[in-house]
Amino acid sequence: MKFTRDTLKTHRDSLRVVKARTTVLVGMGTCGIAAGAKAAFQTLEKAIADKGLQDVVLKRTGCLGLCFAEPTVEVKNANGTSTVYGNVDAAFAERIVTEHLATGTPLTENVYEQPAADLFDEDAAPLKQMRIALRNCAIINPEMIDEYIARDGYAALEKALFEMTPDEVVKEVTDSGLRGRGGAGFPTGRKWMFTKNTPADQKYIVCNADEGDPGAYMDRSVLEGDPHSVLEAMAVAGYTVGANQGFIYIRAEYPLAIDRLNLAIKQAKECGLLGEKILGTDFSFDIELRLGAGAFVCGEETALLASIEGNRGMPVPRPPFPAVKGLWGKPTVINNVETYATIPMILLKGSKWFNSIGTATSKGTKVFAVTGKIKNSGLIEVPMGITLREIIYNICGGIASGKKFKAAQTGGPSGGCITAAFLDTPIDYESLQSIGSMMGSGGMIIMDEDDCMVDVTKFYLEFTVDESCGKCAPCRIGGRTCYNILDRISKGKGQPDDLQKLKDIGHAMRKASLCGLGQTAPNPFMSTMKYFEEEYRAHIEDKKCPAGKCKDLLTYTIDEAKCVGCTACARRCPVSCISGQVKKLHVIDQSKCIKCGQCYEACKFDAVKKG
Amino acid sequence: MSKNKLPDELLRFIDEWKDKRGNLIMVLHQVQEHFGYIPREVAFEVADLLNVPVAKIYGVITFYHLFKLTKPGRNRIAVCMGTACYLKGGEDIILELERLLGVGINTVTPDGEFSMEAVRCIGCCGLAPVMTINGEVYGNVKKAELTKILKKVKGGK
Repeated sequence: MKFTRDTLKTHRDSLRVVKARTTVLVGMGTCGIAAGAKAAFQTLEKAIADKGLQDVVLKRTGCLGLCFAEPTVEVKNANGTSTVYGNVDAAFAERIVTEHLATGTPLTENVYEQPAADLFDEDAAPLKQMRIALRNCAIINPEMIDEYIARDGYAALEKALFEMTPDEVVKEVTDSGLRGRGGAGFPTGRKWMFTKNTPADQKYIVCNADEGDPGAYMDRSVLEGDPHSVLEAMAVAGYTVGANQGFIYIRAEYPLAIDRLNLAIKQAKECGLLGEKILGTDFSFDIELRLGAGAFVCGEETALLASIEGNRGMPVPRPPFPAVKGLWGKPTVINNVETYATIPMILLKGSKWFNSIGTATSKGTKVFAVTGKIKNSGLIEVPMGITLREIIYNICGGIASGKKFKAAQTGGPSGGCITAAFLDTPIDYESLQSIGSMMGSGGMIIMDEDDCMVDVTKFYLEFTVDESCGKCAPCRIGGRTCYNILDRISKGKGQPDDLQKLKDIGHAMRKASLCGLGQTAPNPFMSTMKYFEEEYRAHIEDKKCPAGKCKDLLTYTIDEAKCVGCTACARRCPVSCISGQVKKLHVIDQSKCIKCGQCYEACKFDAVKKG
Repeated sequence: MSKNKLPDELLRFIDEWKDKRGNLIMVLHQVQEHFGYIPREVAFEVADLLNVPVAKIYGVITFYHLFKLTKPGRNRIAVCMGTACYLKGGEDIILELERLLGVGINTVTPDGEFSMEAVRCIGCCGLAPVMTINGEVYGNVKKAELTKILKKVKGGK
């Protein structure tokens, strides 16, 4: 049925009158499912039925962010307490039912800390994280619109339509201090104002869900866990600037998010929350999906628009900015997923509330995907201004191997490194930029002593070279040349003036490239050369890789004192370059060795040395 | 190939999208979903149906990584080469798969059973290193498990 303002309110109130029941939530985002959440869900379903447990609700939900402990299951007891279980396989799922649910006493194994308090629970004590963009992820079933509506879903749209003028919405968003979460950090309210003030017969709202930065997946989690929050915010934007058509440009690599969005759009239309005459007003707004096809540059807004238009995704110079002249030449608002997901809360709780969180220039919270050599890798949402030390050691449990922290890479292929010296710098847009990195979309890759900065930088540059659209020379040729230089450095063939060359070309690319991809492509090497110059010099001058990662600079040798002659290494060697007989010392023929490292892994006596 | 050789389902999709602006990429996705790649004769057919030059269609196909011009194997292996997977040994997984399958990356095994490619971050960084086979995600992949996984996939067909 199609809601009006009054019936939506009545419906929401009716959804809230539920008797206290035990709820079992299974995190079923892509990573949860990959880790075995389906098996856990089926076991729970069957065991609950077998035991004949009444008043237990089993729910599929989005991601709790504890990627290291997937699959996760949360049990919310009828009395308000809750327990989060991780690494839930079928056997453990069975125990959750037979022991916890049947007796009411939680298990003590596989229990993990609740990451954040429910934003809607005003009495809850604050925890380490604060989930605004992720407020509904892992709480609601993303495939049921009622669950979203029950948690003030579409109340922000209703408020905008009935209680606010477009100017008031712009003012609220501007006053909140919200800045684009896609990377560049442009104030969202101003973007909306430009589009609102540009007269046109047709305007568009676009959501950038082309999350291409390797190591970032917060947008996927929002779309999989709470798709309606994005739809609602896009409709609010449409009302504000005077657009009646929205597009979500999403990576084809995210099939589950695409399915859930399609379902959410269908449900919202059936409820009169999208489509013609929303909530009985004169405002109509429709949303369609457009799929990407694996081109990183399409995350750049002008390239993204070219792709929606069905063309090769190549950027065009700005200005004019899309806010004034965008999709098919019409004024277009483009924001990313996390930005949209935040907006309903700004309208509902007010700009003052949002403004009070964060630092002087960066307001609110930011979602980070913390991965790499970190103990508890996962998705976290924290207030701006938190330090890297708090994220790594307080929230994510420190470095996985117990080794020393070397650097955190933020901003992906466009970003740079944060070193140990800056562990206590408050994280916001400006401070990250001042130390040569950037906020980016929120990927945060933690590296330890085993990671080689030259190797990682080469990895990023290979990525940007491959993804360069080729339109402008600084990016196309400069990127390739820098990659070749880094490649020879990593192979021990670096020249003494290579570092200077990288700096010069990098500088030219920053100044002269057409779009953000080329302008920021030098960031990884500019930043690592600044903080890890010695490591670069070791590769160039001493032909050594201190981290032991660059294969061409390694030599594998066998320690006479430790070799017992078990032949394990000789049997594994793919090029048969290890000689030696049973119970006699083995020797590696360096002229034939391809440095694959198989012998190093095969040796159980620690006799093969890498260096 | 004459028009009525395109499957009905595809023709219906093209018909539905024909008058929408910016339809080309959506149509190509549908073609690829059906055939596993974009056969040359189908590209010509699409050009006809949508009334766009073939050159434009090939311009788009060759720009985007996801569109394929050659037929993939019956089982499609995609190894993630996002940063987290790279740091945790994604490259070693590729080398080992190349060794086990006896073919290089981006090629199909002679029996047509497997094809393998390196792909961009699939967003499961918490489970790195990750690969997918026919869309199913395998997390925390270890080199030693690969033989078993390949056998299982092949046997399941």
